[in-house]
Amino acid sequence: MPKRSIVPFGPQHPVLPEPIHLDLVLEDELVIEAIPSIGYVHRGLESLVAKKDFNEMVYVTERICGICSFMHGMGYCSAVEQIMNVQIPRRAEFLRTIWAEMSRIHSHLLWLGLLADAFGFEALFMQSWRLREKILDMFEIATGGRVIFSVNKIGGVLKDMPAEMLSNFVAVLDGMEKELRETTQTFLDDYTVKSRLVGVGILTEEDAIRRGAVGPMMRASGIEVDMRKTGYAAYDEIDFQVITSKECDSFARCKVRIAELFQSIEIIRQAVSKIPDTEISVPVKGFPNGEAYVRLEQPRGEAFYYVRANGSKFVDRMRVRTPTFANIPALMQVLQGCQFGDVPLLILTIDPCISCTER
Amino acid sequence: MEEIQKNIYKIEQVELFPVIMEKKNDMWRLVQICCSFVEGNYEVTYSFATGYEISNYRLIVGKEESVPSISRVYKSAILYENEMRELFGLNVEFIKVDYHDKLYRINEETPFLKKEDR
Repeated sequence: MPKRSIVPFGPQHPVLPEPIHLDLVLEDELVIEAIPSIGYVHRGLESLVAKKDFNEMVYVTERICGICSFMHGMGYCSAVEQIMNVQIPRRAEFLRTIWAEMSRIHSHLLWLGLLADAFGFEALFMQSWRLREKILDMFEIATGGRVIFSVNKIGGVLKDMPAEMLSNFVAVLDGMEKELRETTQTFLDDYTVKSRLVGVGILTEEDAIRRGAVGPMMRASGIEVDMRKTGYAAYDEIDFQVITSKECDSFARCKVRIAELFQSIEIIRQAVSKIPDTEISVPVKGFPNGEAYVRLEQPRGEAFYYVRANGSKFVDRMRVRTPTFANIPALMQVLQGCQFGDVPLLILTIDPCISCTER
Repeated sequence: MEEIQKNIYKIEQVELFPVIMEKKNDMWRLVQICCSFVEGNYEVTYSFATGYEISNYRLIVGKEESVPSISRVYKSAILYENEMRELFGLNVEFIKVDYHDKLYRINEETPFLKKEDR
């Protein structure tokens, strides 16, 4: 009869940059059940709708996360624009697409670095983050910010990227792509990396659906769903395929994110070649009245924005279902039956963002 | 079931579990559950998706009424249901993993309800 014990994991742990706690029920070294516990840094940003007007809320939503901050602002703006029937200029949609894809590259490189760091591959960690710096530099050149850009507004964007800047960025990405191939090849070919990830943390297609998984977590289980295919922003003019994998394990999640890095570079190239020369915003008058929801593909998966407005300058309700919030139940499934020693890596494979979860 | 907006259907409480079971059997995933407090009632919206298709089902719940948990059908509902009970005070019954209003470790009771509505 194996001995059953409960081991607390977190909220402070070397692989966790942000606090989350798990109660792990073990039979010897095997995890039987995992019960999550969050709420250590819950900020209640959604409730700020009562104090900040609907324009100021753009800057609040950007602060939900430090990695996909741009996309949070974009999601909120899109929902309010939908309520107010505002059609933003096409150039603004392309600019949003370019910044969104740069955010995806930034996020995936950050994740690859953290993953390498978790299994002690420090050189790979530093290479991933060195490449990520190039994206942050581009953000700084274009917007003045490296983490929070504040370029979204209801009705478009606040800053433009001139043609010369865009072609310089494409040149940087061309060079970066070659370096990325070398770095990511190590993730894909190295024996030590594979030994920690292949066949570990299986999430079947059925479990991914039952547990409501989203993003690369879902696509690595063979489900071909990527919200960009719904054609929001400028994605309707971009030619790309949804990246999936059938293996359903931790290595598959790594492979999907790596492939998405190259896909994002290609999307930026296409967007730069097609961006029209129009205004970047339209004036918006009046206050929103009605309700709308928006789904968009953040680096960690589908985000769901819901806004309900009453015709005053304060919206009634703003709800954000972030990707990590949706992926926590899938993580609990993945942890069931795994070895205790694999728990830190498995938590990382969902690319957890507790800042988003504790919005 | 009445469509009140594109893809948002208003349902009665007796229709909740038939809808949930149908979605589960057809392999729809639970996208989210959203709670709002509107004109003295709770509005609880369940969103399901398959592929790129989405359907939202809205339940109107009186302030003193309760709503049954769907966490035994959709395990991923646990966090949503605990959240709406803790933040809005909506009485959700029989949640599979019940955090007893300590999911977010907030001292204030029902912080997302306006003071006049508490």
